[in-house]
Amino acid sequence: MSDDIASLSPVQMDALREIGNVGAGNSATALSQIINRRIDMDVPRVSIVPLEEVPELVGGPDTMVVGVFLRVYGKAPSNILFLLPRDSAFYLVDMLMGKKHGDTQKLDFMDESALMEIGNILSGAYLNALFNFTNISLLPSIPALAMDMAGAILSVVLVQLGQMGDHALVIETEFKTEDDGIKGHFFLVPDPGSLEIILQAVGV
Amino acid sequence: MPDLVKVGMADYKVGRAPDILISYGLGSCIGISLYDPQTKIGGLLHIMLPDSSKSRSNENRAKFADTGIKDMLQELISMGAVKSRLVAKLAGGAQMFAFANASDIMRVGLRNAAASKEILASLSIPVVGEDTGGNYGRTVQIDLANGVYKVKTIDKGDKEI
Repeated sequence: MSDDIASLSPVQMDALREIGNVGAGNSATALSQIINRRIDMDVPRVSIVPLEEVPELVGGPDTMVVGVFLRVYGKAPSNILFLLPRDSAFYLVDMLMGKKHGDTQKLDFMDESALMEIGNILSGAYLNALFNFTNISLLPSIPALAMDMAGAILSVVLVQLGQMGDHALVIETEFKTEDDGIKGHFFLVPDPGSLEIILQAVGV
Repeated sequence: MPDLVKVGMADYKVGRAPDILISYGLGSCIGISLYDPQTKIGGLLHIMLPDSSKSRSNENRAKFADTGIKDMLQELISMGAVKSRLVAKLAGGAQMFAFANASDIMRVGLRNAAASKEILASLSIPVVGEDTGGNYGRTVQIDLANGVYKVKTIDKGDKEI
């Protein structure tokens, strides 16, 4: 059972990619409306990655990032992690708080709260789309935020997966503002048992 | 020139002076070093979980404190390290996100630290340096030339243990 994710068929991978597409598309629209900028979104990557290689997806384990983490409850428990390189997070705070680009050099309580709210809104939009697609209703926990090394932040989800196997199924989308000033990675990491439930719901 | 040897998550590396063993971005994971000061042989292990017997997937023995420490110890002895001279240092075991209703898995850092020390004690290997807990990430390295174990953080300073 441990590494059943390694045996996903191409059709199943496509279905997951489509879920990522719809979910992240919805999130990108929400973000775009909040900051009033166009957001470009890459085609979601659905990959099965050895646990130790997941931090490489965001630039290596010692890259400085801001992470907003939400636990997802319901029939298909999962984790959501919204990761921004530090400079992107600062720029996003500038926009949200009506400051000049470059004003934010560290995060105070209000800034953190604003970023957590963004994580909340993006997750809500994502899970909503997931619900429309799968009819599985999922509820996010309150968000938690940390600014630290990518490896340390990602370990929170990796440890949970590590109990069940040595690979992570990652549905990941990269967001960009037009000027490339903000880049973010949105991860949906289903718990090991949840994957089957999601795939069953879409009939593949 | 000393070689800088990278130790990934759920892995360990062994070596001898002048190698430097380094592991980046530990959160709830723990970096455990074993070092024989006389032969200058040592190893660094990066574990994720406390106990292999409580996991459904335990093929990768370096993922767990119990099996990882024992495997690394065996390899060090086969290289010529002497068990009675070995000293251990460890760092990591943070809780990165604070939740009010933190589940067991959120507190895995604490359990990792406790399990590591328990296993070292059962093997009669003294822990001579420790920097565990907190809510921040750490990059750790051990210099096999002198056994100095360095802990680097983003904004909590750097230290040697």
